[in-house]
Amino acid sequence: MSALVPDRRLPRTRRSRSGSYWLYLIPIAAGFAVVVAAPFVTNIVLSLYQWKGGMAPKHWYGFGNYLDLMHDADFWHAFKNSLFMIIAIVVVPTLIGVVLAAVLFDYIGKAFGNRAASFLRATYYLPQILPIAVAGFIWSTILDPRQGSINTYLRSIGITSGPDWLGDPQLALYSVMLMLIWLQIGYPVVVFMAALQRVDPELYEAAELDGAGWLRRFRAITVPQIRPEVFFVVLTATVGALKVFAPILILTGGGPENSTVVPSYYAYRNFFELSRVGYGAAIATFMSVVIFAIAALLIVWQRRTERQEG
Amino acid sequence: MKAETPPAPPVAPAPPRPAARPVERGPRNRHPLRWLVLLAAVVTAAVMLAPFLLLVLNAFKTGADYSTHGPLSWPTAFTPDAFSRYLSLVDFPRALGNSVLIAGAVAFLGAALSLVSAYAIGIGRVRCNGAILALLLLATMVPQEALVYPLFYGAERTGLLNSVWSVVIVFTVLQAAFGTYLLASVMTTLPKELLEAAVIDGASRWQILWRVVFPVLRPTLSVLVVFFFIWTWNEFYLPLILLNDPAAQTVPIALATLRGQHSIDITVLNAGSLLSLLPTLVFYLVFQRTLSRGVTAGAVK
Repeated sequence: MSALVPDRRLPRTRRSRSGSYWLYLIPIAAGFAVVVAAPFVTNIVLSLYQWKGGMAPKHWYGFGNYLDLMHDADFWHAFKNSLFMIIAIVVVPTLIGVVLAAVLFDYIGKAFGNRAASFLRATYYLPQILPIAVAGFIWSTILDPRQGSINTYLRSIGITSGPDWLGDPQLALYSVMLMLIWLQIGYPVVVFMAALQRVDPELYEAAELDGAGWLRRFRAITVPQIRPEVFFVVLTATVGALKVFAPILILTGGGPENSTVVPSYYAYRNFFELSRVGYGAAIATFMSVVIFAIAALLIVWQRRTERQEG
Repeated sequence: MKAETPPAPPVAPAPPRPAARPVERGPRNRHPLRWLVLLAAVVTAAVMLAPFLLLVLNAFKTGADYSTHGPLSWPTAFTPDAFSRYLSLVDFPRALGNSVLIAGAVAFLGAALSLVSAYAIGIGRVRCNGAILALLLLATMVPQEALVYPLFYGAERTGLLNSVWSVVIVFTVLQAAFGTYLLASVMTTLPKELLEAAVIDGASRWQILWRVVFPVLRPTLSVLVVFFFIWTWNEFYLPLILLNDPAAQTVPIALATLRGQHSIDITVLNAGSLLSLLPTLVFYLVFQRTLSRGVTAGAVK
């Protein structure tokens, strides 16, 4: 407190330290309360009612919506489709992305120069910056059964009755997955390539001197070295896969015969088309819990493997 | 590698890809295999680009040309008809203005909010900073359907429904949740001496933030601005619900709304799509280097 001691570790600074820094958190605390916390809690409350929305009366339903949800075959079908979304958004792009990043970095970059590698990388990333409304439209024209690019091509090589990519309930989900893979590939490629830049080049040089081929280097250096980034991509992409909404709305509207409905779209339909607001809120709350739980599991699992190795 | 890529949407005229000029590097890479690997990588790139090429090709056709010759043929004549049709159906300048306003405001406000909040957490080390970061992380993960209905009603009650500001407020907070998380971890790596020197010089906390921390973090912040802009520009779900009124719609929502109405010529929608992606494409090409740095900024802790 003494004004005579010009010491930066004054008790005064210590006390005001936590006090004044809190001021800087007021804007985001207010924003978080208004945009995330209050709506999220309201949504949970809504999930305990039966409500048609608007001026209609609310009927207390307790956990009824959740119990209904557990026995709703349509919901579980949508939930199962989320697994396909994980394949299309997490599994396939990550596997392809690791290989592409390693080829660009450890092969093309070295054989043809870094400019070639970054040009190719930019191309792979391009779909990532596309508004989903545009991506969905492009793919709906590509997959159109009559005028679509794929079937027009098939006709030109003599296959007159190409499949109805988005209209066949057996096929539509895979067609959607095709677009999602295309959309997603650039993300792991860019993250993994940046990760490889921080790997000590001597590792690669030493391995090459020892006569290790590209595949050996890929398995022994590339993959282990970028494991933190692989984890980061898997975590963020899994959360993204469980939240998929717009591609379904734009490409198929959940059809045909509900074959491509995902949970977020099912919630949307209950909110805004079926006027079952309480039920939609229950779906949304359930999915939030699932997402938080899966994210937590992934984080815990990663910490544990990290500790075992360290 | 080639086998693992998704089946190519076939393109009739093989797109001419400018093959990168080879740079001779030592004897070890003279292997003919490298051309095969390059070919595979270029084919993959062509597959990734094919949908864009189709979009451009069909945006300049007339509707009649498209329906007689299909999507793969070269346009009989390049016409801007589809563009003028799109512009007559959609108030594009207005949508463009809305999108620029929303994405621009969110980008700068979001980055500023991230900076200020991360300052308290990463440098101020306020109590429970771990718990605060965990909450922000949850905010980045929460599915939008768990917020959309209350937000819709909240916006209606406060008179912000169909106002671009509802979307600005929502996305400023959501993007800042991510930005704070990221910046806070960057700030913990700042050298202590830097801050201590400023304290000795008698700088207040506010001055330290703007004169010391802000200049050091400027590159990271510019990455955030670019990202927030593109992400917000492309947002779909919440703008769809919060902005019904055509006067308030963003570029992607205007496109999607038009598509929902029947009997719109495919070429018109192609032209509209091309117009809708141009701003982000320009942004991307200008900031391409920054972007690839930015995607990874959060990856390494």
